Amino acid sequence: MLRDYLPILVQLIAVSTVGAAILAVSAWVGKRRPSREKLSPYECGSVPVGNARERFSISFYLVGMLFILFDVEAVFLYPWAVVYKSLKWFGFLEMFLYILVLLAGYLYIWKKGALDWTR
Amino acid sequence: MVILFYIAAIVAILAALGVVLQKTPVYSALLLIVVLCSLAVIYLLLGAEFIAFIQVIVYAGAIMVLFVLVIMLLNARRETPGQGSRMARWLGGPLLVVFLAEIVLAAWRQFPGAASPPPLNAGPAAIGQLLFRSYVLPFEVTSILILVAILGAVVLAKKS
Amino acid sequence: MTPVQALDFIRVLPEIVLASCAILVMVAEPFVSARHTAALAWVSLIGIVAAGAGNAWMRRFSGPAFGGSIAADPFASYFVYLLLLAAALTLLGSVRYLETNQVHHGEFYALLLLGTTGACLMVAATELIMIFIGLEISSISTYILAGFRRADKRSNEACLKYFLLGSFATAFLLYGIAFIYGLTGTTNLVQLSEKLSAPGARPPLLWIALILAFVGLGFKVSTVPFHIWTPDVYQGAPAPVTAFLSVAPKAAAFAVILRVFLGGLASAGALVFWLLWISALLTMCLGNLAALWQTNIKRLLAYSAIAHAGYVLVGMAAAKAAGPEAGEGIASVLFYLAAYALMNVAAFILVAHLAGAGERYQEADDCTGLAYQRPGVAACLTLLLVSLSGFPATAGFFAKFYVFRAAIHAHLIGLTLVAVLNSVVAVYYYLRVVVAMYMREGNPRASASPLPWPLGAALALSLVGIFYLGLFPTPFVRLANLAASPLP
Repeated sequence: MLRDYLPILVQLIAVSTVGAAILAVSAWVGKRRPSREKLSPYECGSVPVGNARERFSISFYLVGMLFILFDVEAVFLYPWAVVYKSLKWFGFLEMFLYILVLLAGYLYIWKKGALDWTR
Repeated sequence: MVILFYIAAIVAILAALGVVLQKTPVYSALLLIVVLCSLAVIYLLLGAEFIAFIQVIVYAGAIMVLFVLVIMLLNARRETPGQGSRMARWLGGPLLVVFLAEIVLAAWRQFPGAASPPPLNAGPAAIGQLLFRSYVLPFEVTSILILVAILGAVVLAKKS
Repeated sequence: MTPVQALDFIRVLPEIVLASCAILVMVAEPFVSARHTAALAWVSLIGIVAAGAGNAWMRRFSGPAFGGSIAADPFASYFVYLLLLAAALTLLGSVRYLETNQVHHGEFYALLLLGTTGACLMVAATELIMIFIGLEISSISTYILAGFRRADKRSNEACLKYFLLGSFATAFLLYGIAFIYGLTGTTNLVQLSEKLSAPGARPPLLWIALILAFVGLGFKVSTVPFHIWTPDVYQGAPAPVTAFLSVAPKAAAFAVILRVFLGGLASAGALVFWLLWISALLTMCLGNLAALWQTNIKRLLAYSAIAHAGYVLVGMAAAKAAGPEAGEGIASVLFYLAAYALMNVAAFILVAHLAGAGERYQEADDCTGLAYQRPGVAACLTLLLVSLSGFPATAGFFAKFYVFRAAIHAHLIGLTLVAVLNSVVAVYYYLRVVVAMYMREGNPRASASPLPWPLGAALALSLVGIFYLGLFPTPFVRLANLAASPLP
């Protein structure tokens, strides 16, 4: 079974080697002429404003939290999808019930406006 | 396989030490990702494929997002070293040693001489069979647990 | 593995009804305007009553369900009634409270119902994973409820403390469960008891698993030394929430202790007995002694709740010591918990009313002279405190009586003596509040507004229950005995 994961291992090694090589080579070969502009943080082309270490809005946290909860829900779908055929209707019904309960939660969040960014 | 195990285990231990000893919370969080990923490798070596991937998807992926968000939310900076409570020093140290010794002892007694336990078959299919047949009720009830957490997040964290 | 049948669902009927009602309340909440939130309270109350009816109806279908994850037996049924009662009384006591404190959100009722659902699952579970999930549901709901007054710093503190220490304790329990599984290869309590009682089957590290699980559950029932969170959380949480969390999660955790330590792990005899014995002793003494110094009524009741947990543990130690005749001890624990639920919920919801808007008046001195302004309210509180202290003719008396009798029958003379001395000490601090109300002149700062009718109904119901148990305990004892007999 572990043999199946060999490509992943190879890829991991390849990726880290290439990544390390790029950094090493550019540090070694490249020239450095630092200037004020170059040393300022890169923010996708816009001029950086203020300090990066600011308090974030609580809304980020709320969305992050809800993301995790639905992520955990989705995790249960993987093993279900694999054995779905052998479970037949029973499997369908139990996952239906499960999703239904969480759908109610989703409806609640939606109606509560917890996903509205502007409010 | 044994070599892989030792690499993963040593990386995990070093990174875990780093998590605790780092003074900047964001670095601790990033090192925690390393810990979680190397644990995933160990799970994989044990044959627990499903757990390994959950470890990466849920823990290293989703839960770390929340960790980093909370660090940014609290605007946590470098820690200033505190006094450290005396209780922690006198009680924590010996307890740590005792627990470590217990675990080693247990492993020793359970698998005398064996280098590694036989790999399990714990892929998604096996987990699925268990989860959706023997453990249907705990599975269904998990949805209610998630529901409670949703309510909690909205009640406690939503701007009124 | 037999496939799931309709019978399986019937055996978890109360939980299904409660959860469905909670979901209904939750989804309806955003659609209901703020003025009509009380309607959700009545929907929830109907849900609780329906769950009770379901519990009564399914008595004919008792047995294990869902492959042994859960069992519908008299034991579970008894506890489900108890939890539903606690939930219903809390609900009646909180409707007006939420209005006066301007936190009238429907989520409160949904969380209350979900917390009760989790507790019901805990008491019926015969499988460690199921117990764990039930515990998590009931704990997380109560963590959130403890922080329900978001604008109040003490409520925030209570929420955070309860959450952090609570999840730490849950981790202990989970670690214990993992050990048990690793040592025996099963999490099912029935299989566990079979495996452990087989000759020669003594896994080497079982004692660690036992201690870890006991620490986790000990936190939930606030036994000394895992009680440190209790006074702060009970004081800081909204008073009706305190009423609920001092009874429902606690009773459920006691049920789990009974099932796990006297059922599944029963063969690990001596260690469990001494764990129970020592924590009974410490919990009683420390709870009562600390209560002596309290001036804040909520804190006082918190320490009193700790002390009561100590008496319950005496009953459990007695059950453990009695070996095969554990029935008497278990029945005494069940009786005690019923009496405790009635007294404690009622006391806290009454305090919620007296403390007024923002819970400003929690001190015993705030009640000075209350008896002259509101004789009815003062009499009510007096009766509750008198019952908590264990006076004859009240439920508190017979609760203690049966526990002590079981302890003496199990030859725990020393422990019984300490328990009796403790209950004498306890009279002092309960009566101090009564003295403030009756013996001293002055204007009570505590809210002297008349009792709102839902609260009045809840109090009347509990007082009737308290005197019924105090005057005619026999039929109820028979019920407790019935519930105690078939413990796995």
